[in-house]
Formats: sequence, C-alpha cells, structure tokens
Amino acid sequence: MAVLIDSKAAMEPTQHRFSPYAMNGGTVVAVAGDDFAVIGSDTRLSEGYSILSRDVSKVRNVTKACLLGSVGFHGDVLTLTKMMDARLKQYLHTHGKEMPCEAIAQMLSTTLYYRRFFPYYTYNMVAGLDKQGKGCVFSYDPVGSYERESYRASGSASAIIQPLLDNQIGFKNQSNVDTSIPMTRERVRDLVRDIFAAASERDIYTGDEVEIAIIDKNGIETVRYPLRSD
Amino acid sequence: GFSLENCRRNAFLAKQGAEMPKSRKTGTTICGVIFNEGVVLGADTRATGGSIVCDLNCEKIHYIADNVYCCGAGTAADTEFTTKMISSKMELLKLRTGREGRVISALRMLKQYLFRYQGHISAALVLGGVDVNGPALYTVYPHGSTDKLPYVTMGSGSLAAMSVFEDGFKMGMNEEEAKNLVFHAIRAGIVNDLGSGSNVDITVIRKGNVEVFRPYQVVCKKSERAGDYTFPVGTTVVTSSTEMVPFSALTVTDEEVMEIS
Repeated sequence: MAVLIDSKAAMEPTQHRFSPYAMNGGTVVAVAGDDFAVIGSDTRLSEGYSILSRDVSKVRNVTKACLLGSVGFHGDVLTLTKMMDARLKQYLHTHGKEMPCEAIAQMLSTTLYYRRFFPYYTYNMVAGLDKQGKGCVFSYDPVGSYERESYRASGSASAIIQPLLDNQIGFKNQSNVDTSIPMTRERVRDLVRDIFAAASERDIYTGDEVEIAIIDKNGIETVRYPLRSD
Repeated sequence: GFSLENCRRNAFLAKQGAEMPKSRKTGTTICGVIFNEGVVLGADTRATGGSIVCDLNCEKIHYIADNVYCCGAGTAADTEFTTKMISSKMELLKLRTGREGRVISALRMLKQYLFRYQGHISAALVLGGVDVNGPALYTVYPHGSTDKLPYVTMGSGSLAAMSVFEDGFKMGMNEEEAKNLVFHAIRAGIVNDLGSGSNVDITVIRKGNVEVFRPYQVVCKKSERAGDYTFPVGTTVVTSSTEMVPFSALTVTDEEVMEIS
C-alpha cells in the first residue's frame, strides 16, 4: 500500500513569531428593558485546553448607572478597564458628576479606535440606563465600531446564543406570538440564566458560574448561579 | 484501503487559502489500570469539533473481542474505523485458529496498521484485555509505537488523569479500588481539561467476564431550566397542505412473481 508523505513541509523554512495576543474565552450577554438593563457573563478564564480561573467575572461596575462587559484577551481587558476607569475619574473631577451611559459608550469607541493598528483584542458591551431612564445596551467590535441594540451576545458562545436571543426576545422565526407578555427583570434574569446553562453544554470555554447584574434607577443588583464545571 | 483521488485537489485548494474542514476530535481523557484479576478501562464522553461540543455522550471504549477492549483518543473517525477493522480481523483470526484472541495480536495489528500510515491516522489508543497469558494493558500512539505498562492515560486530559494515578496507584489492587482510582482519574480530566467532559464510562475485563458501566458516574448533570420554552401549536404557520394517500389505501389489482437469474 502506497504511503503518503508530505515532503514539502519538511523543506520550507519556518519562522517562529511571538504572538502578543491570547484567547481567554468567556461569554457576555446583555439585554435592555424598559427601565432596566441586564448584563451577564460566565466566570471561567481559560487558555488552550486549560482552565486558568473559575472565578473571574467579565462584567465591571464603571459607574452607578453603567456596566462594562469585556471578553477576549484578558490582558487587554484589564488594561482597557484601567484606561476607562482613569478617564471616568477625570470626567468626575472635571464636571462634578458621573459620566452618563451614552457618553461612556462613545468614549469607549474612540478609546478602541485610537488603537486601530494594534487593537485591544476585546469584545465589549456597555449596559446601563440612558438619560431618559430607559435601559440601553451598546455592543462593540475590537476596533470601536458600536451600535445601540436591545440585546446582544458576544464572546466564545455568541454564535450559539444570539439566535436564541433573537427567538426569545426578538420573537423572530415564529408566528402567532403573544408579544404582550411584559419583559420583567425576573423573566430576563431567568432567561439569561437558562441561556448560559445551554451555552455551557455546547461551548467548552463557557461554564463554572454565571454572574448576572440587573441595573435600574435603584442601583445594581448582582446574582450568581452555578453552571457546568467540565 | 483509502481513496486518495482528492489529495491533489485539496493541496491546491489549501494553497489558494481555502479553509479545510475540521475533523471531529474526541478531546478526551482515557485511561487503564491493571488490578489483581484483570484490567479496568475508563473514558470520558465528550466529543468536540473545534471549541464546540458535538456529542455530549459518545462511546470511547470500543469492543475489539469478547476479552479485549480499546479506548480511543484523537480523531473520532480514525479511532472508530481503526478499532472496528482490528475487531473484524480478530474475529477472523479466532475462526482460523480456533482459539480465544490475545491482546498482543490486536496490539500487533494496530501498530503495524498505524505505522504504515506514518501518523496520518490520528488514533491514540489504550488497549486492554485478559487472555491465556493473564491481564495485559498497552498504549498505542498514532505513529505506531507501543508501551506495555501497569497504568496508562492518553488524550488531552492525560496529564490530569496521570497525576491521580501517580498518587494513588499500587500493585495488586482489588476491583473496587481499581474502579475508584480510574473514576477519579477520568473525573480529574473531565473537570480540569476543556477537551473532556460529561460522564465517566468504565469497562472491567476479568477472565471470562466483562462488565460495562455506561455511565459509571455522571460528573456534570444538565441543569434544570428556569423557564418553559415549549412552542404552542400554531407557532409555525401552515401555508398549505396536501393529503397523502396511505399505502394501505391502494388496491392490489394484479400480482406476479419474477425470478432474477
């Protein structure tokens, strides 16, 4: 029987390059309600086939009215968060008030685009309340393109989760749906919890625990639920 | 054998920058241990394609003969077809010799087959069984090398499993101790390795008797859903319908039997 040997691979010169990026996995989901916003992330940090930590949340409180969720390369997530915290503090001292959510969203976009030619390898989401007190969600690509949306999933399991969000919150791909059912905090919180449970079945980078933050005019409430740890 | 007609075309397409389809790997933690009466084989049950879990409960402990079983890690298709083929050859050998198969026969067939393909068949196996020479446990690597050892682990979770073995293995264990050790080794792989998950499968091979535990233990259960996601009737709109005539409604008018020569 003839043996197939790829002799060309041995002949060509190989060049080893240092990669400045790594993929640390994780998923973030955000939903905007009428007078609240919900943002949830899993707490697993991984690299390759190993788990680095089971207790690293990807969502941060940046102000009383705004939360920032970032997944991707954790080194860049931490640096970007530091950068944003510094800028927000400057704003607070200059203007005597906290930066509103929509302004934070704009500032994040310009911060990301500043590094257009050596990007922050982060997939970001900003969730909070806008000037009218309505819930708002902004989603980004790594170089700062952003859009206000009513719901979005980003991160390693985003391709699995987004169609489910489209179906359950956007009522897509189904007919004769009762859209009068109110979108309450509890319903969204339970939905996000179930979504993460489903995502952790099929995505190896999502699991351990899901941390869900609900933001409304009274403040930010955080709750954690366990997920699969395999 | 294999059909190699697409190789030239695929090499050309790869050069053009086309993405090659990802083969399904079993990620995997597999292991085996020899105890005083035989061999215990263990495996997890997750199959991945990239970072997506394809199968939450796949079977990685394959039947080779009544007294020989084989765990497989690497490309799922490769382990499945290779073990099926060697199982078939073992049955033919048994009929030809009139004797019960030996683990070493399966080993020889596997290593000669894999060496012939120079590592292109990505099958990393843990082969175990009991025959006239007693219990035997081997590892077989994709390039065709083998090791004969009292305790072995393979797959992406092999380091996690081996750390449990190195701590807990001792010669001459009884069946309960061996099953417990294998369970903890596979569990270490399931919990610490992202390529392994779900349940622990165990197969115990003793002289004249094989016990299959599938699953031995469910390590990570599917959690209860808080909401109800059943779609009511009418969610999918019926645009038109045609009535299908059932087969039984047809009347047989004429029957004729024709012989094919």
